[in-house]
Amino acid sequence: MEFSGRKRKIHTSPHAEHYAHALQFYEQPPTENICLSEFETFAVDRVKLLKTVENLGLSYVKMSDDYNKKLNNEAKVLNFPYRPDSDHISHFILRLAYCQTEDLRRWFIQQEVDLFRYRFNDLGREQKLEFLHRNNLQYNAISDKEKVALKDQLISSSYGLSGVTIEHQDFYKVPFQDALDLVRARKVYLQAGYVYIPHQDIITIVLNDFRTKLSKALALTARSLPAVHSDERLQPLLNHLSHAYVGQDYSFQKNVGKISLEQIDSLSGKSYPLCMRQLHQAVRENHHLRHGGRMQYGLFLKGIGLSLEQALQFWKSEFIRGKVDADKFDKAYAYSIRHMFGKEGKRTDYTPYSCMKVILSNPPSQGDHHGCPFRHSDPELLKQKLQFYKVSPSGIEQVGESNFSLNHPNQYFIESQRVLSGGKDIKREMETPQRLQENSAGSTAAREAANASQDLAGMTDLDSIFQDP
Amino acid sequence: MPTSSEYDPDSLPDLLPLYYRRLFPFSQYYRWLYYGGVQKNYFQNREFSFTLKDDIYVRYQSFSSQAELEKEIQKMNPYKIDIGAVYSHKPNQHNTVKSGTFHALEKELVFDIDMTDYDDVRTCCSAADICSKCWTLMTIAIRILDRALRDDFGFQHLLWVYSGRRGVHCWVCDEAARKLSVAARSAVAEYLTLVKGGEETVKKVVLTDPIHPFIRKSLDVVEKYFTDYAHEQAILGHNKSVDKVLALVPEEVRQVLQKDFQSEKTPEKRWDLIKAKASMKKGDDKKQQYFQEEIMLQYCYPRLDVNVSKGVNHLLKSPFSVHPKTGRISVPIDLKELDKFDPFAVPTISLICEELDQPRTGEKESEDKKEKENENNATERRKIRDYKRTSLAKYVKYFDQFLDGIACTWKGELLKKSDLQKQF
Repeated sequence: MEFSGRKRKIHTSPHAEHYAHALQFYEQPPTENICLSEFETFAVDRVKLLKTVENLGLSYVKMSDDYNKKLNNEAKVLNFPYRPDSDHISHFILRLAYCQTEDLRRWFIQQEVDLFRYRFNDLGREQKLEFLHRNNLQYNAISDKEKVALKDQLISSSYGLSGVTIEHQDFYKVPFQDALDLVRARKVYLQAGYVYIPHQDIITIVLNDFRTKLSKALALTARSLPAVHSDERLQPLLNHLSHAYVGQDYSFQKNVGKISLEQIDSLSGKSYPLCMRQLHQAVRENHHLRHGGRMQYGLFLKGIGLSLEQALQFWKSEFIRGKVDADKFDKAYAYSIRHMFGKEGKRTDYTPYSCMKVILSNPPSQGDHHGCPFRHSDPELLKQKLQFYKVSPSGIEQVGESNFSLNHPNQYFIESQRVLSGGKDIKREMETPQRLQENSAGSTAAREAANASQDLAGMTDLDSIFQDP
Repeated sequence: MPTSSEYDPDSLPDLLPLYYRRLFPFSQYYRWLYYGGVQKNYFQNREFSFTLKDDIYVRYQSFSSQAELEKEIQKMNPYKIDIGAVYSHKPNQHNTVKSGTFHALEKELVFDIDMTDYDDVRTCCSAADICSKCWTLMTIAIRILDRALRDDFGFQHLLWVYSGRRGVHCWVCDEAARKLSVAARSAVAEYLTLVKGGEETVKKVVLTDPIHPFIRKSLDVVEKYFTDYAHEQAILGHNKSVDKVLALVPEEVRQVLQKDFQSEKTPEKRWDLIKAKASMKKGDDKKQQYFQEEIMLQYCYPRLDVNVSKGVNHLLKSPFSVHPKTGRISVPIDLKELDKFDPFAVPTISLICEELDQPRTGEKESEDKKEKENENNATERRKIRDYKRTSLAKYVKYFDQFLDGIACTWKGELLKKSDLQKQF
């Protein structure tokens, strides 16, 4: 397959023009000197901004009017960027802090891409064209003859594309590898390995470009880390910055042994989020669970405190009832359970899946029980299930505006246990948080669902090497 | 004396040595994975995994030459061979490499279509069973995916392989395909996915305007097979399956159809009724207007396992590997004869081993003489004679044709490289 040659001019003109508006590809690192306190302030402010971007992305559909308004306000409140060059500098500082692990990189790239998208969309049409031109993004435009020949295909490939639009706009032929988001969602015409993109949609390409470049840059940055860390002034700050983003990952080593296997059934009724309740039920009923379900539920169990021995006992006892003999279990399934606990292979101690990961990666297919019921189930079936689990009708309809945001199944478990152990007097208050939890899970998840297709690219799958025996 | 159509899994330990010594097409296999030597160490850095007797599984096997590959396989007699990625270093030395630097670089883009993923829409079989009635699903899957991978994505070198029991695999061997990132593989797989949802989802296909050309073209394929397939599966014959079909239809239409079906019992006429209601919907109230297409797609459109396609390091069963449960060889499928392909006619290891013992005819004697003159190596001679005497021959021949196809691209690459060198 041929790739059209793309020449990119490295932008080297003076600051004034460079910072005319904050949007840039961050291709050149800053060269100024700044003092240490500025180093810290710039960085911290950017982290705050990126966290805002993340939170807004969970509560609102990205690029919706609400989202844009709120982000605009928040940026003003944070007074970001403080100076024209602080955006540039802070980005590069954060590269140092966030290049160190796969998780950190993924988070940083995601928020920077969302921020970029917001800023680009904020530009007027003329400014957009000017930006593209300035950054020399040249994809080959197709001839008018070709446009006419492809007109019907182009119209039926994209929502909202009329014959008139096609006539008046340039269409670019782009290798499909450079437009993965559009290919993934089938929002574009694809032929012989090239997608045909109207000028108005070129942003997706630009974003992909940005994401790829940033990803490569972070990998390079990671190599220079030892030198950076040897500077005593910077090391504590960078550590602080990279820990700032991480919500709890619920590895929960300290909880091990506090749960007994006998408790699991009752716990599943009381404190499991719906997805895990569903999985547990499937295990009990079918005495089997496919790989995706074993990963999602197995890691959750680890998070709530099951030890490796208990986990092996649990799975083995179920699978044996499912007519897998003990030998086969030891050979085929025990390995992957030990792998989950970091006792095999790379010895990575895998963390339980967050809601984001459950919703966005590995959608369930025929025969699967994993996934997020609020995202992956039929609305009717979901309603029935919630009714069965005794969530009140108003609870189901209600779209919670609560401050409690649920983004991890193990978080649900902990909060639920906390509430349940709070004593008999606050029984009434107990119901509300539980219902709110169901609702926020529902509403949060529903909104996340709207953003789902955009975020999937770039998520590496730790367990992709395993297949079902 | 067991007939050639009977395969006994217990005989595998006796048959495998024979298979690997005299029948496995090692030189074609090596020719494939060597990819013309365009990239240095491409074969040496390829991971293989073996499943041995008693379910012992070994990963990170790698070999420095065809001879070494042959020797090891003949020594270990694996029940199953998987092919993995080309890594940054020799996989069998991965423990000696500095932590973090050993990683997968390239691999063919692969697809795995498994009949069990269609259990909710086939009535003839379930789980590991297949029959000629549901095999149509594989034919449809191959036609749709082959067209899309070639026409839409521009890939040219596709190898379709029978998995040995209940499905098919596709190996996309173009250089561009081998170099795809995880994100790109997942995007391709999602583009090709129309049926979504697990146990909890009733309606797995939802179409909205505009209908993308890819969906249109896939529907064209499904339409060719659907009427016969639906008839064979009797999806509109029995109450239970009728209910399943009607669950996919908008509610108000469902009620009308349920009444109509009480008097109309013929499956073909019932489908006509559904089609009629669908075109009415398209005429006036365009909401949910594509339910006829959605039914056809939910019943027939290929269901692929995205996880198999996503991972660069994912291991997939090798062509010409044996399926331990059925004894069938994972043979490449010639698409020119796709409609005639019969999974139950695929040779088993016991069949081809038996065919080895058959006495040679006079014709074959003269053929062998000619080969004697052309070949120097006695073992090579015997090997070439051997598989050609068996039912495996036509599959190896087809594999050769496939390799001739890709070989053109290697020649181009090697020329380019030598040209570049000459410039200095």
